[in-house]
Amino acid sequence: MPGTGSEAAATGARDSSLPARSKLAVTAGKVAAAASRSVGRGSGSVIGGKVALRLDPDLLARLADHLDVVLVSATNGKTTTTRLIAEALRAAGPVVSNALGANMPAGITSALAGGSDARYGVIEVDEKYLANVARDTHPKAIALLNLSRDQLDRAAETRMLAEKWREGLQGTDAVIIANADDPLVTWAASSCQRVVWVAAGQAWKEDAWSCPSCGGVMQRPGDDWYCQECGFRRPQPHWALQGGHVIDPNGAAWPIHLQLPGRANLANATSSAAVAAVFGVPPQTALERMQSVTAVAGRYDVVNYQGRDVRLLLAKNPAGWLETFSLIDGPPAPVILSVNALDADGTDTSWLWDVDYERLHGHPVFVMGQRRLDLAVRLEVAGLQFHVVETLEEAVRMAPPGRIEAIANYTAFQQLRKAVAGS
Amino acid sequence: MSDSSLRLVWIYPDLLSTYGDRGNALVVERRARQRGLNVQRVDVRSDQPVPTSGDIYLIGGGEDRPQRLAAERLRQDSGLPRAVDNGAIVFSVCAGYQILGHEFINDLGQREPGLGLLDVWSTRGEGARNVGDVLAEPDQRLALPTLTGFENHQGVTHLGQGVAPLAHVTAGGGNGDGTGTEGAWRDTVFGTYLHGPVMARNPAVADLLIKLALDVNALPPADTTWYDALRTERIASTSRQPA
Repeated sequence: MPGTGSEAAATGARDSSLPARSKLAVTAGKVAAAASRSVGRGSGSVIGGKVALRLDPDLLARLADHLDVVLVSATNGKTTTTRLIAEALRAAGPVVSNALGANMPAGITSALAGGSDARYGVIEVDEKYLANVARDTHPKAIALLNLSRDQLDRAAETRMLAEKWREGLQGTDAVIIANADDPLVTWAASSCQRVVWVAAGQAWKEDAWSCPSCGGVMQRPGDDWYCQECGFRRPQPHWALQGGHVIDPNGAAWPIHLQLPGRANLANATSSAAVAAVFGVPPQTALERMQSVTAVAGRYDVVNYQGRDVRLLLAKNPAGWLETFSLIDGPPAPVILSVNALDADGTDTSWLWDVDYERLHGHPVFVMGQRRLDLAVRLEVAGLQFHVVETLEEAVRMAPPGRIEAIANYTAFQQLRKAVAGS
Repeated sequence: MSDSSLRLVWIYPDLLSTYGDRGNALVVERRARQRGLNVQRVDVRSDQPVPTSGDIYLIGGGEDRPQRLAAERLRQDSGLPRAVDNGAIVFSVCAGYQILGHEFINDLGQREPGLGLLDVWSTRGEGARNVGDVLAEPDQRLALPTLTGFENHQGVTHLGQGVAPLAHVTAGGGNGDGTGTEGAWRDTVFGTYLHGPVMARNPAVADLLIKLALDVNALPPADTTWYDALRTERIASTSRQPA
């Protein structure tokens, strides 16, 4: 079925209770998706959802009505966290999820239409659509992971997004699971009635030096943060990531064993455990189930290409690159960097200068992608040695021995996946 | 300044560093060090006083609210105007450029006073936001090659008698006041709408600031291979786009 890969019977319990108009919309959407797939245009989930929503504008709300819904939103980590929560909740019942990252209303509608037997809906939502999707789907829980600069040439300003969340979520009945280490997320969540605070950490701090509430200069000693002027400060967390453990509200420590690498995924697992607890799934069960997650939409996938192991890593913005640098193998592991500036990436490459490429000292570095020359200047100024190449094949051929870490932004990552699949 | 040292002051990275503005500081620093200069970079947070003893001051772009906060704090702090009186060089980008003028429109839709270091004033454009690549031919007196950059602004900046345009656009919007100008300058104070960052796309601008700071007409050569490759690629791809 569109976007989910699950089998949905048209005669499922949920479908029989939908009004005729909605059933028709679901069917029309599936037909459109199948047509789109058959001409090789991806999964068809977005076009299917658009067709269905045009026939029944309330379809998303109707589909969600039968589900216990969790929404997941953030600048980074929402696809992975959606996947982790979905795995955890499967301990309690069948789950439907937009696991492939189609995270706007059409893609979400399409995913839910494919899960007629599900009890839980675990839904990744684009930051800009969170308030609308929350209004339509009456979620039981909403996970807010982080907010940072991303595609500023076309997206809203970062603080404006936080404000949109704050206004849109005010008065929601949902339990908000929010990262207490992110001042913007904290500010967005702090107008809600029921908030579970998670100390999930945040490596990137450059978007929260001024108080989101009053504009004062934020003080950030150690892990703490507060505004000296208005008193807005980090809330006392209920859950925390500590070392490789989740600390639950009772103070019990649960080891995290993930196949996914990096600090950011430990943070995602911590938030996911807190969400699972809202639905009665204990941390131990939730974390055990998360262990089965390997690559998510190709991210973190280790592929064999030209006889070499290449790990594919997605980094779309400065915060994402920062987290990615912290998880790659140390020098002398070869590193391939690929950057595009197509519409889906944002067409301004200035953000490259917010990324600490200096951290790649000691790695053999290969630079590719549509904007490889922007990267070349960035790396030259960072004082790095690097090679500019035209193709992945060329980079891999030149790379010294060892597993290759290939880090790319959005469309560059899709191109890497295609390149390795075609070999 | 002493012969072999350069004091580079980056104003308010906590508020005005949204579009890779750190790159301008990094490029100036790098190109000065390549000339054997001892560079001292001071990043001034908005709760700290602006030092008056800098040689080059950089002030970057930011979102509307941080821009207002930066203007409020800079008006309270006499450091930058005093440094300019002492002959310091100031290079400002986008929100920072507007702050150096007489006034701009803040996030509340009100007229916000600037520092008046450049004879310009900014209003809010009625039309579409200027977003995209820019090419501009600089004021000949500056002896700079074609400028390339990326703009992203709603503001329109009007130039008074006390400044000259930094450049004239051949692609993109620039100041957006209908005259085809981009940026403004007088003596040692410069403003532009160009991100990219502008120094990474135009290392000659970084070199110009260093020359002004050293009061010399030429600098020892420093490699520009990758900058040149990027410039060629950007100038070619921007020329192909409709302006």
